[in-house]
Amino acid sequence: MIIDFGFGATLIAFLVSIYGVIAAIVGSRNRALKWIESARLAMLLTFPLLTVAALSLIYLLVGGHFEVEFVSSVTSRSMPLYLRITALWGAQAGSLVFWCWLLAGFASAVTLRNWERDSEFLPWVIVVALTTLSFFLMLVIFFENPFSRLWALPNGEVIVAMFQPRQGALFTPADGQGLNPLLRHPGMIIHPPMLYLGFVGFVIPYAFAIAALVTGRTDDRWIRLTRGWTLVAWLFLSLGLLLGGRWAYDVLGWGGYWGWDPVEIAAFMPWLTGTAFLHSVMIQEKRGMLKHWNMVLIILTYCLVIFGTFLTRSGVLSSVHAFAQSAIGPMFFAFIGITFIASVTLLMRRWDELKSHMQMTSMLSREALFLLNNLLFLGILVVCFWGVIFPLISEIFTGQKVTVGPPFYERATAPLFGGLLFLMGIAPLAAWRHSTVKTIGRAIWKPTLLSLVVGIIWPLLAGVRQPVALLGFWLAAFVAAVTLYEFWRGAQARSHRAGEGMLTALWRLAGRNRRRYGGYIIHLGVVLMSLGIMGIEVFQTETQGTIPQGDSLTLGEYTVTYDTLAVFNTNDGRNVARAVMSVYRRGEYLGEIYPRRDFFFESQQPMTIPGLRSTWEDDLYVILVDWQPVSIQSATFKVYHNPLVNWLWTGGLVFILGTLVAAWPEKERARAIERAKQPAYVRP
Amino acid sequence: MEHSTAVESAPTNRLKFILGGFLVVAAIVYLIVSSTQASAQYFLTVEELLAKGEAVYGRDVRVSGAVIGESIQYDPQTLTLKFTVAHIPGDNKDIEAQGGLAEALRLAVSDTSRKRLQVVYYGVKPDLLRHEAQAIMTGTLGEDGIFYADELLLKCPTKYEEAVPQQVEG
Repeated sequence: MIIDFGFGATLIAFLVSIYGVIAAIVGSRNRALKWIESARLAMLLTFPLLTVAALSLIYLLVGGHFEVEFVSSVTSRSMPLYLRITALWGAQAGSLVFWCWLLAGFASAVTLRNWERDSEFLPWVIVVALTTLSFFLMLVIFFENPFSRLWALPNGEVIVAMFQPRQGALFTPADGQGLNPLLRHPGMIIHPPMLYLGFVGFVIPYAFAIAALVTGRTDDRWIRLTRGWTLVAWLFLSLGLLLGGRWAYDVLGWGGYWGWDPVEIAAFMPWLTGTAFLHSVMIQEKRGMLKHWNMVLIILTYCLVIFGTFLTRSGVLSSVHAFAQSAIGPMFFAFIGITFIASVTLLMRRWDELKSHMQMTSMLSREALFLLNNLLFLGILVVCFWGVIFPLISEIFTGQKVTVGPPFYERATAPLFGGLLFLMGIAPLAAWRHSTVKTIGRAIWKPTLLSLVVGIIWPLLAGVRQPVALLGFWLAAFVAAVTLYEFWRGAQARSHRAGEGMLTALWRLAGRNRRRYGGYIIHLGVVLMSLGIMGIEVFQTETQGTIPQGDSLTLGEYTVTYDTLAVFNTNDGRNVARAVMSVYRRGEYLGEIYPRRDFFFESQQPMTIPGLRSTWEDDLYVILVDWQPVSIQSATFKVYHNPLVNWLWTGGLVFILGTLVAAWPEKERARAIERAKQPAYVRP
Repeated sequence: MEHSTAVESAPTNRLKFILGGFLVVAAIVYLIVSSTQASAQYFLTVEELLAKGEAVYGRDVRVSGAVIGESIQYDPQTLTLKFTVAHIPGDNKDIEAQGGLAEALRLAVSDTSRKRLQVVYYGVKPDLLRHEAQAIMTGTLGEDGIFYADELLLKCPTKYEEAVPQQVEG
């Protein structure tokens, strides 16, 4: 019953979305408000309908209705309640329903805002949002239906179908297969929703961009309207990427956090264009330039979001070849192709209207540096894209499959990331319109001196000799010093002027200009993250060995002693092997760590959980690789020393905090928008 | 309204920006090309690797093959892992034609006429290394005909992705 109910709600939501698209187009063509209002209500209706669909699916998951193919593929009797609920996004079919539900939620939230002054955008925002929604709902209904049931045929065959086949009887397996144990980590439970929220969020600014192109209202109104949405989308996408990295570090047991595999890259690419977009819209707002460029960036972001949704599903994909085999692969490519061509055609039609009468006047002006920042972000995007499609290209042209691995990405992107860090240091201090080496030099010489001491001399004294690391540390110190100096200078000026204490001044300063100072906090977060990344990329060391109980492995200043190992079964279907090891540093006892290995009987799959000792200085990361099942006398361990990696996670938190500051709605927002409507430069 | 402070004439300025942009783009292209050359790896099947023979001695390549269970030898003291893989087709179409990856691996292992390759790897033995797993190895072919792998990736067709009828049998 619930199965039909959920499927029915999905089907109705699909029909309602298609109706909404048609009504919005008709309404906009004939300037018929009735039709537009009807389209708006259709869009609002999709949310409750999809809520019903998602809840039905959750009900089936929780109740263990294994006759539903999706339920039996992601849950099992032994799974606790929270895992059964989150199994919703444990595989393709359910995650598509979840995606649709989120999109309907975002779209409904948009329709509820006050449209009085922007009513001409409304029908086209509806068209874009509902077209996207109908596409995904079509996939759910016709290709990846989570409500499909298992049917036993008279010849003993079991098939998957939504409706009862002739002579078929409903087939209910005794138990489901259970969620992949690797996906049971808390990081992996909230990682997909965060990523999806980020993906879905970017549909909104894209919808407004298209609305601006169709209606010809091509000033920066669409950008101002969607600024908050873009930041929120970006916040969730960043959070999703960070959680994914943390999950890899905690669960995958290879001592790293990012492996440059196609799935990760697919989630990273929209982040790159989104970040470029966030920066370049500021130039359009302040200087009225780069209008085409912003359109291109948001179109690219949207296409990459759809592509990313497709690739990042449940994480089973390992090569670019695999997805072409899935039935929905061609559908996705067709959809991305059509939306891309349609968007670019619209952009071409408005090309002349988007021309700016402003010109870049100075290579060191802030807008020029922002443009360079955009080029670098797109450079990283091209590197990523090239790495993913290179095997295909080389196979087409040389008949030989050639792949590139992490060394390619690291080598090609490191200088670009370095360049971005450097720009992060100087761009905030460059003036709009016109700057020279002299004006920038005057603003940054003090923090630069400080950064030379902190970023070069200090590491040198600490024994760092690698030029790459010294350059990296200097860059990090440089950005940190310049940014903190900016905070200090602003607060000092304010405290003089308003007679406030330094702290009050700092607080109010940041409160008045949230976007700017939120941005600076994000930059500081990036600096901290870069320390962690350099720590693990440049200074990671490792050793491995098989040792009997009581023996030790030594890595640098650390010694780990293998004390005992226990193997036991748990009542949730795992066989756990857990080693106890003592950690010493220069002979001094620091504590115990417990590397372990869980073997899941249900799925016949092991999961490696490292023994971790984490400090601000470094992480000691020990993996239990193997042990002798008969006599647990000796065991094999792999030991990693990851300096500074904790700063990566701390930096991530600072980064998210900064994004929250920047995205926080301003009290005086309405007034600010009014003010912004005035010409930018009114001078006597 | 525009408070004009243009120091140089517009065309010179424009040229400067075009030149600057060109330099940045050229640098990015250079990075991509040189990094590709430095780290591109041929992805070969066992047959292709053996056919190339001398031409690839000492070159970094990636090879994929089906693991033969009984050949696995592991010495945990020296962390030396030896095993043999059998040729499997590199093209997904061929694999599909044989009835999917699991079936292709089974065929490869049972067919003794297939080309085989001995592999040596120093490091800990991965869990997934077992009979009929697909091994994707990065390393070099030695003149002794043994493949010295630096990196070992394993793929097992897990029951998560298997077709429904098989779930039912179990």
